[in-house]
Amino acid sequence: MKKYAATHEWVSVEGKTATVGISDHAQDHLGDIVYVDLPEVGKSLKKGEVFCTIESVKAASDIYAPVSGKIIEINEELDSSPEKINDDAEGAGWIVKIEMSNESELDSLMDLEAYKKHCEEEG
Amino acid sequence: MTIFDKSTEGRTGFYLPREESYGYEPSDTLPENSVRKESPLLPQLSELQVMRHFTGLSKKNHSVDSGFYPLGSCTMKYNPRLNERIAGLEGFSQIHPYQAEETVQGALEVMYNLQNSLCEITGMDSFTLQPAAGAHGELVGMLLMKKYFELKGENNRRKVIVPDSAHGTNPASAVMAGFEVIEVPSNGNGRVDLGSLEEILDENVAGIMLTNPNTVGLFENEICEIQEMAHKKGALLYYDGANLNAIMGHARPGDMGFDIVHLNLHKTFSTPHGMGGPGSGPVGVKNILKDLLPVPVVRFDGSKFSLDYDLPNSIGKVRSFYGNFGVFLKAYAYILTLGGDGLKRASEMAVLNANYLRARLSKLIPTAYPGLCMHEFVLKGSKLVSEYGVKTLDVAKRLLDYGIHPPTIYFPLIVDEALMVEPTETETKEALDAFADTFERILGEAKDDPNILKAAPQKTAVGRLDEATASRKPKTRWSKDT
Amino acid sequence: MPGFPYLPQTGRDIDEMLEVVGVKSVSELFRDIPGKFEVDISIPESKDEFTVLRDLSELSKNNVSLNDLSVFRGAGVYKHFVPSVVQAIASRGEFLTAYTPYQAEVSQGTLQMLFEFQTMICELTGMEVANSSMYDGASAAAEAALMAVRVRGGKKILLSEALHPEYIETIRTYCFGSDIDVETVSFDSETGQINIADLQKKLTQDTAGFVLGYPNFFGIIENLAEIRTLIGENIMMIVSANPISLGMLEAPGKLGADIVVGDAQPLGNSPSFGGPGLGFFASKESHIRKMPGRIIGETKDSDGRTGYVMVLQTREQHIRRNKATSNICSNHAFNALVASIYMSVVGSEGLREIARRSFDKAHYLAERIGKTDHVRLVFTGPFFNEFVARFDCDLKEFNRELLKEKILGPLELERFSEEMKNYGLICATEANLNEEIEFFAGRLEAIG
Repeated sequence: MKKYAATHEWVSVEGKTATVGISDHAQDHLGDIVYVDLPEVGKSLKKGEVFCTIESVKAASDIYAPVSGKIIEINEELDSSPEKINDDAEGAGWIVKIEMSNESELDSLMDLEAYKKHCEEEG
Repeated sequence: MTIFDKSTEGRTGFYLPREESYGYEPSDTLPENSVRKESPLLPQLSELQVMRHFTGLSKKNHSVDSGFYPLGSCTMKYNPRLNERIAGLEGFSQIHPYQAEETVQGALEVMYNLQNSLCEITGMDSFTLQPAAGAHGELVGMLLMKKYFELKGENNRRKVIVPDSAHGTNPASAVMAGFEVIEVPSNGNGRVDLGSLEEILDENVAGIMLTNPNTVGLFENEICEIQEMAHKKGALLYYDGANLNAIMGHARPGDMGFDIVHLNLHKTFSTPHGMGGPGSGPVGVKNILKDLLPVPVVRFDGSKFSLDYDLPNSIGKVRSFYGNFGVFLKAYAYILTLGGDGLKRASEMAVLNANYLRARLSKLIPTAYPGLCMHEFVLKGSKLVSEYGVKTLDVAKRLLDYGIHPPTIYFPLIVDEALMVEPTETETKEALDAFADTFERILGEAKDDPNILKAAPQKTAVGRLDEATASRKPKTRWSKDT
Repeated sequence: MPGFPYLPQTGRDIDEMLEVVGVKSVSELFRDIPGKFEVDISIPESKDEFTVLRDLSELSKNNVSLNDLSVFRGAGVYKHFVPSVVQAIASRGEFLTAYTPYQAEVSQGTLQMLFEFQTMICELTGMEVANSSMYDGASAAAEAALMAVRVRGGKKILLSEALHPEYIETIRTYCFGSDIDVETVSFDSETGQINIADLQKKLTQDTAGFVLGYPNFFGIIENLAEIRTLIGENIMMIVSANPISLGMLEAPGKLGADIVVGDAQPLGNSPSFGGPGLGFFASKESHIRKMPGRIIGETKDSDGRTGYVMVLQTREQHIRRNKATSNICSNHAFNALVASIYMSVVGSEGLREIARRSFDKAHYLAERIGKTDHVRLVFTGPFFNEFVARFDCDLKEFNRELLKEKILGPLELERFSEEMKNYGLICATEANLNEEIEFFAGRLEAIG
């Protein structure tokens, strides 16, 4: 089950591993993505910290860690095919996998309904 | 076809005087690894081929010479050819920066006089002509601030305040001088919100960067209050002179209380944009900062002009030599030609032209802010999206089909789907009317068949380009195998 | 109503426009400006163009033009033969009065020209990607130093003391802005090349890059391959090169440079009292996203036509603002056009010949100097077309005498260093005809 941050990242949990990406709404907003500045495996993250930058033709967006932990895997395909995020932001366009250090952080994230509403309100 | 595709080995357009060689070969003195084995791959064409190639390229460009160019914040006024003629005079273009000062008194006099003229126009005490562009001038301004507070021992001043409507070079320049940038929001009237400013203005602020009129074309009428607030906290006030074209002869940033000012000679002072440069970004300061200016400074002792490098507290240099002298000449010639009365008139006509166009266009799409504007104004394209399903970008691209360069789009960031229009004073009423008429026509097209706009441009050398692939897999040079 | 140059509005135009705007007078348009700012700027009244031309022509005659001189001075700005076709093409209004190519569809002339320019710079420097120009060599070198810190981390930049003094000063100023430490590495007083022992000593963990000239300010050619090996892979080798010399010298890219910068004024641009010059900046593909400046890329439109566009704009200030790789906005695109035309006209072999003649004439001059009694070459290192000589006389006085004979003599290095009193930097290019060389050599022999 996916949870969403107010800053448009999603988290999908399996055991202690959180797969993270940006929402379909976010990718649509960014436009054609041309580059993903991926972090390195092994990097420790704090919730809310910027861990990645996604560049489209006309904008660059900071991506914030929705949970704290250590990066155990990065989606290296994004190096050669950043457009994967446009094509399938919430699936094959995942960005990193994090080994969570504090699972309770998931509680403050939104479910799909709440996130949809949040997007509407943001205008 | 690129010029390399037209190359044929063995062709050249270049012949030097026939001379005997003295017989020195690089292999005599240079180590082997320092000598080129192959000539660099440059084009090999006849002179006529070169002429045709570049002539062909020129035909694919829009320019001020060819049509209306109402780019907000760029001041695309006519580039007088007198200025080109003067800059091309042998005594100006063929002089070396390291010639003995006695042999370049004319050049130094031009610089000295230009500096003085700019002081008079802006109400500042001293000018440096060294920065090569507006952004370069902003960097100098920020470095001056840094040095100023360093000398005063106020090392806590690490922040610079910038309006949310500011040009991107403002925060970028502040960061290059080691400052942290804090944004101050604009209020509903498009001006700096004083309440918000008060909240963030403390003794850790080195300065505030402002443009006046601001980037939405409005005069910051609370500038006196802002100036007082800043100086009371010991902060400096920086003026981005990009919009000076609105107020020449009517108001001076020095009188408004600004401590540092940069000008864009390639905007306000008619020097040509040259496809993106060279420009020139002179910086003016009040006396408290004059000893910190970049070296050298041009001095006059009553009979002779000279270059003074002896400024122990100078921030140093931001480039080699003295500045874009070739550009100074053009700006200076412009100031001489228009004169004080002409500069004032130019600003008046710039503001009148803008208001006229605003009055006409506001009947078609809403302006971002009500009331009079100065030399430029911002339109809100969001209605286009909601009513016709087309974006500002689509309108811009369709304008290209009519031989008109679109206004600035998507800047400033505080207006959604923005179009920023600056006609400048050198346009006739007919040109303004033609633009308004074309705009109206395009909106009509949007209503009937928005796809016309979305497919635009159709009449230009190329249509909309795939920028995504271009930035994903950048191909930034020609190579044989492609 | 009296008219003014370039302002086309007639009295009738103004009345009609005021009516549409809904104000009674032009001054009403300025009502937002507080009255106390009203001012009368004290600038003389307008003039016709013929008067301005006459007045400024007079001023221009107070300068001595290089066209009237045999020039043996370089030091960053050089006299070369510039073919007539360069000015003829560059002066076209479609180039001169065009703006930055933000609307690519109507700027293909500009964009393709800059793409070709980038290619030529890559060819000369041996690097993979070049931007479409910087202001000048000094600021380009400074931006390279900032980029090295961006890419490698660290807090320190090393500079060769044999760099152009104004480049050193500029790099220092930029580093002051970015709180980067600058340390200089001395040059060997015999060879004029980098003092390897001193360089070794100063390399530290937190060094991001080392900047050196090729040729250096004294005209000496550094051994780039040796330096590359010495500084290791973690420190960026930033080379500031004279583009004419690259017609003869091995490309710095092939010798391990990470960034190559310089001033391409010698490629067809007028000396113009030192500006506008033409900064160039080239680096490796892997670093492209950390580079400053506008970069042009090739692409296609929806009909499959090849076109050009500004790429990777998210590096730049108009998008990235405070996180941009640099604040640079305006560049020197027009000077890049001039250089492109020049390089296209002279071509591969032309540039090679210009470099060869410059080298040949300078070396002949150096050999003649070797036979004089009162002038001596200072450095033993290999040089391209500039070298330093020590004079057993008052060089300033000698230069004054030379000027009477229409010669612009060696640059007095005393202006940069008291220790170099009566040291002169001598330059020769293809623009020094043999008879000028003979005459000057004769003057040097006649000293004392």
